[in-house]
Amino acid sequence: MSLDTRNAVYAGGFSNPPVAAAHAFRAAMNAMARPGRVQDITGAAPPEGISIAAGSLLLTLCDPETGVYLAPDVDSGDLRGWLAFHTGAPVVPAEQADFALGRWDALTPLNRFLIGTPEYPDRSATLIVETPGFGAPNAVLRGPGIKNTARMQLPELTAFQNNAALYPLGVDFFFTVGSQVAALPRSTQVTAEA
Amino acid sequence: MTTTFSAMDRRGWMSLLASADEARLTELWQGYGADPACELLRAPEAGGVMVRGRMGGTGAPFNLGEMTVTRCALSLQDGTVGHGYVQGRSKVSAEIAAKIDALMQTGAADALSAAVLTPLAEEKQKAEDDRAAKAAATKVEFFTMVRGED
Repeated sequence: MSLDTRNAVYAGGFSNPPVAAAHAFRAAMNAMARPGRVQDITGAAPPEGISIAAGSLLLTLCDPETGVYLAPDVDSGDLRGWLAFHTGAPVVPAEQADFALGRWDALTPLNRFLIGTPEYPDRSATLIVETPGFGAPNAVLRGPGIKNTARMQLPELTAFQNNAALYPLGVDFFFTVGSQVAALPRSTQVTAEA
Repeated sequence: MTTTFSAMDRRGWMSLLASADEARLTELWQGYGADPACELLRAPEAGGVMVRGRMGGTGAPFNLGEMTVTRCALSLQDGTVGHGYVQGRSKVSAEIAAKIDALMQTGAADALSAAVLTPLAEEKQKAEDDRAAKAAATKVEFFTMVRGED
């Protein structure tokens, strides 16, 4: 066996896993609790092609019992190896995924992801959407966790409105840019910016 | 500075390190002398694994039981990655095992093998022989007496 050990696969985990994972989990939880509000999340140094925020979310949320779907635009041997080494999470097709990672165009259509069942609405997918940036808001958000309204830029509106209409079923979204994360749970009502 | 080695070789040293006694392993490692600088990729952590077996090696798998395992992964400065998996909860052993695994993939393999792995292998073999000899001494041969019913 000739030697082929690539540090990209093994490096870049949490330096102090219990503490870093707790910080990242708190950021993820606050993001979900306050839809549209941007939180800082750091700790991971994932392989080329995915953001620090997305890598930190994967390290925090995934384990051997959660299937992860990697959209074609982020899927790579390095990322698969990195995910396997640090979390042990299996890579699965979109229809079975608990978590999905990719850019918006690669993740759509959304109707292939699990939306839960009436008895178990939690058996649904959480989508981690790699986003170019939190630009000028084009959507107004209302719902739990938002005092009056919040504003946010979304890649499109119809898909999120349809997803909210499925409540209590549906999928939840994290949007990641660099080392920042914002979230949009299924309970949030989305309307166009006036 | 890399060498080639077979998967069987690696299985051999991983197996030796996995079951080595902490005190003896530390002693031999200190006897080897060098302690290269390395970066921890996964700090030593203890956890449980389910040991599974197959009846006769080919039957359906069954769960034999859980055991405690400590694991560690690190990389040397030249980028060689070593993994250590040892039984029990000794973080020291896991780290030494990972360093030895990394060094065995480099040019230091022969010196390290002579200093640490060969003595470990010999001691393990001796312990197995002693145990086998002890068991052999208690072996009882059964003979069937002719009962003379004719």
